[in-house]
Amino acid sequence: MRDAACAAIVDVFRDDERAALVLADIGLDRLAPAFEHDPARAVNVGIMEQTAVGVAAGFALEGFRPIVHTLAPFLVERPLEQLKLGFGYHRQEGVFVSAGASYDYSEYGMTHHAPGDVAALATIPGFEAVVPGTAREAGDAVRRAHGNGRATYVRTSISENGFEHELAAGGLTRVRAGGGPTVIAVGPMLGRTLEALTGLDATVLYATTVLPLDATALATLAAPAPEIVVVEPFYEGTLAAQVLDAVSHRPTRILSLGVPRRLIDGYGTIEQHDAALALDTRRIRERILGFLAP
Amino acid sequence: MQMEASRELEALMTLATGDEKHAASATSTLDVLYVLYERVLRVDPSKPRWEERDRFILSKGHGPVAYYAVLARKGFFPAIELSRFLEYDSILGAHPDRAQVPGIEASTGSLGHGLPMAVGVSYALRAKRLAEQRVVVLTGDAELNEGSNWEAIMHAGAVGLDNLTLVAVDNRSSSIAIDPISEKLASFGWDAVTVDGRDHAALRNALSTRAAVPTAVVAIVEPA
Repeated sequence: MRDAACAAIVDVFRDDERAALVLADIGLDRLAPAFEHDPARAVNVGIMEQTAVGVAAGFALEGFRPIVHTLAPFLVERPLEQLKLGFGYHRQEGVFVSAGASYDYSEYGMTHHAPGDVAALATIPGFEAVVPGTAREAGDAVRRAHGNGRATYVRTSISENGFEHELAAGGLTRVRAGGGPTVIAVGPMLGRTLEALTGLDATVLYATTVLPLDATALATLAAPAPEIVVVEPFYEGTLAAQVLDAVSHRPTRILSLGVPRRLIDGYGTIEQHDAALALDTRRIRERILGFLAP
Repeated sequence: MQMEASRELEALMTLATGDEKHAASATSTLDVLYVLYERVLRVDPSKPRWEERDRFILSKGHGPVAYYAVLARKGFFPAIELSRFLEYDSILGAHPDRAQVPGIEASTGSLGHGLPMAVGVSYALRAKRLAEQRVVVLTGDAELNEGSNWEAIMHAGAVGLDNLTLVAVDNRSSSIAIDPISEKLASFGWDAVTVDGRDHAALRNALSTRAAVPTAVVAIVEPA
């Protein structure tokens, strides 16, 4: 997914003379072709993420369309105020492409985890966040975000769905229509969610744009049953307020299955983290069944 | 400052009341701003976004009354706006807003943001091949406590951003000792000088100087 996103960055950089690329020592190999193409618009500031986003904002103020790429905690959490002021307050556009979603760097400890990235960006009015589920979607997300007039976060991850799906324009796509609960699977959680729902009657919606969540589509596509389950790859509950707003016209019970809001101090593999955090297929199914039990 | 200009600016600043706690911050920058806008910067009040203008960013954002007075006197917006300073629907808040005030390049107020943005603007001007245009950014001495400034200072010096000028107005407001600022900047590869922040000739000379590296002018102003 990250390779596809970086390839798309190189493409838009080559195609658009208003594109500017700002790095903070991360991603130099993948994005070297951009530096070779036009070093005047490609800057590696060094290991200084606040300045990376500040420099990107400076490019934006001059009419450029900046793209910033680094690891999620250093793209969102460290320079959050630079994103808020340089892009939110200044109403500027830019594309921010992260790698290392949630606990992708599973052996690195909490310094390299970022399950709070989307929740943090949700505090900046107007900031868009896209969570692709496949490599192709990641590349497409970068291409669509570039030049869209907004600040957009594209969250790449190691976990991917094993299949492609045609996406709705607003980023909330109905995958399955059913008579039971509505299950919203976000980005790379779709594959395991579908597997967890084997044999269950449910409407399944696939969310790839999460800021903003397409409220109109959700209100239209949600099944009549009051139960809504959100399976999200970041902190559990991140999307709850948006979901409840979208269906405020009806009674709703909501279950958020995401990264628990507790310190994650284990190492090992992503799969081990999934199991420990009850985000593997078996535990997702168990928790949904428990939620639906009378 | 010419007597007439001085009287005009003082009268304009008197119109804007309500932010007296930042009065020292405002008056400390007055002479630098006057020299910049009357003697150094290439700007056109009738075309605030003129592509070939020089760019100025008031990084610290605090105490903008002097800045507003200089811009109003220059003709960027009607002076009457100063009398509505801080009102709910005024364009003039306690920190400048690019979206509301003609002539403002960046919305600032939270310390430590203007200089990294100015580095980005400097890169952008280079990419546009606007070789003569300059980017001038003003910080306070206390603002230089913010680490983000030193990131930007380190980077700009390392890559030799010769179209970037930092004015550090030093009115001894930093609660930790950071003098000598010019020597610290020079150690990061900047061409830095220290001048009397009330001496217009010295300010003009220092602010008009370009070098092969970023330049810095530390303007010493006695505390109010």
